[in-house]
Amino acid sequence: MSMTGELLFEQSSKDTLRLILSGRWKLEKDLPAADEVVRKLGDAPEVCNIDLEARGLDAWDSGLLVFLTDLRKFCSEKKIRLKGKNLPSGVLSMLKLAAAVPEKKDARKAEGRVTFLIDLGNQTVDFFRSCGDLLEFVGEATVAFSKLLRGKAQYRRSDLWLILESCSAQAVPIVTLISFLVGMILAFIGGIQLQMFGAQIYVADLVAIAMVRLMAAIMTGIVMAGRTGGAFAAQLGTMQVNQEIDALKTLGISPMEFLVLPRMLALALMMPLLALYANIMGILGGALVGMSMPGINLIQYYNQTVASLNLWHLGIGLFSSAVFGVIVALAGCMRGIQCGRSASAVGEAATSAVVTAIVGIILATAIITIITNMLGV
Amino acid sequence: MIAAKENIKEDAHIIVKDLTMAYGSFVVMQDLNFKINRGDVFIIMGGSGCGKSTMMTILIGLKSPAKGQVFYDDVDFWMTDEETRNRIIRRAGVMYQSGALWSSMTLEENLALPLETYTDLRPGQIHEVVKLKLSLVGLAGFEDFYPSEISGGMQKRAGIARAMALDPEILFFDEPSAGLDPVSARRLDDLIVQLSESLGTTMVVVTHELASIFTIGNNSVFLDASKRTMTAIGDPNKLLAETKDPALRLFLTRGEESSG
Repeated sequence: MSMTGELLFEQSSKDTLRLILSGRWKLEKDLPAADEVVRKLGDAPEVCNIDLEARGLDAWDSGLLVFLTDLRKFCSEKKIRLKGKNLPSGVLSMLKLAAAVPEKKDARKAEGRVTFLIDLGNQTVDFFRSCGDLLEFVGEATVAFSKLLRGKAQYRRSDLWLILESCSAQAVPIVTLISFLVGMILAFIGGIQLQMFGAQIYVADLVAIAMVRLMAAIMTGIVMAGRTGGAFAAQLGTMQVNQEIDALKTLGISPMEFLVLPRMLALALMMPLLALYANIMGILGGALVGMSMPGINLIQYYNQTVASLNLWHLGIGLFSSAVFGVIVALAGCMRGIQCGRSASAVGEAATSAVVTAIVGIILATAIITIITNMLGV
Repeated sequence: MIAAKENIKEDAHIIVKDLTMAYGSFVVMQDLNFKINRGDVFIIMGGSGCGKSTMMTILIGLKSPAKGQVFYDDVDFWMTDEETRNRIIRRAGVMYQSGALWSSMTLEENLALPLETYTDLRPGQIHEVVKLKLSLVGLAGFEDFYPSEISGGMQKRAGIARAMALDPEILFFDEPSAGLDPVSARRLDDLIVQLSESLGTTMVVVTHELASIFTIGNNSVFLDASKRTMTAIGDPNKLLAETKDPALRLFLTRGEESSG
């Protein structure tokens, strides 16, 4: 085993530095770097010739080439004459190859230094632009929807059925689990407080109203945002990457009608059904906990639940869930259609679809709650 | 003289006039002027990154030019309203580089969609048309396959079949032979020539494959990335014999003559 590459300096005359390369010049940690020569030259500023000599060079690979290209670049900047002696012919031809096509200066991405203010400004401009994009997308979706009402929209019924299936029946298990648990959690937390006043029967009211009016819609919304919204974004994003969306456009088929509309429709139709189902599951979950409390049996719990609910609660809950369905579908489709043309862009689109949908759901909840509060229902 | 002039005008299918293509402020190509005649197999050629594919996206209406005009017959493609533009481009078929078949549909459904959308054919008739088009590209029997179940070359051929679904007047091909083995590439070239000869369809082919350029092209434009404009128009075989431009010569001879 030979030693790692070594670099020896010999000051052969006042203005000439001789570099002797020996040993194994392979890519390794301790390989000498061109910086060493630069430092050496710093001590001897009058040097204007460098003679390179390979003496006992055992083996070489890119390690030697990197050293030599660095050195050559430095020398040409400092106007130092570089001469090679005994260098392997392979090294020379590789260096020639590396220099064959000059570096394209303007090909480098203009990075430059971005100060905080420039960054803030860019972000602000981007934010407003994305708001504009959002409005544009919602507008186009509305136009597509009005075309659907007039029976003029182009989409495939079979697509609609497939999407309906994927965002209803296939979502039932996870919606069951989540809403059942949320019902139980509500009952536990409320039950502990209410028991202190001996009012544990009101657990039924608490669970019923909270689930039916709000929680079922929100929880299904969030589950669907993660499950279906992300999937929409990934599907449409992949179609964008594969130019499938371009292919639709050049055929004069609007991606809005063909891709977005069935998805939006499917979620807006199925979300209320899922929320209704989540209501039942949540109340069952609450009942399970409620019955474990002293002095409550199933009949009492049932009667109390029925007495506490009215149609307004149910109506507001179902309306919210339909709105959330549209939000989840729009967020997913918008991020998918805006997707860039790479694999990582598809991942980003899916993430951003989920985030957008959840933010949208929470905002919409706040707005609906404020309005219903003002209306006193 | 006037008659001759009119004749020329009738021949031109697509005219590109003073066209500049740009991404933001970055100009890709400028001062492009050329004419694609009816029935031509027209090659848009040039090195990688010279804007060939961008040129095609402008011609098929996916990206607007920074400056200049594109005429389809007498209609200014980018100045007219969207509806006219859609109508014009519907008479064209596009084969995308990757095939761009709709992955959630079978080949039959892929080909049927344009027919269902733009014709009043009965389902039985559509099935017949689809079968015919698939057999034209050598894919008879693959009607029920999904794009992911067939090879890359087959996807490209299926892409051509879909582009031909509506019997277009113009067919655009984006790098038809890229990523194919030599034999498949050759078959695809033959297919393009046969289609052009028997149907009289105008073909616009974006490519840098020399073998294809010389076999199928009878007219072409060369986009020079370093000069950011076009530097030659004409039959590629004639260009090879006559050109004095070193960049074009280098391109058409794979750089062999310059090193010799």
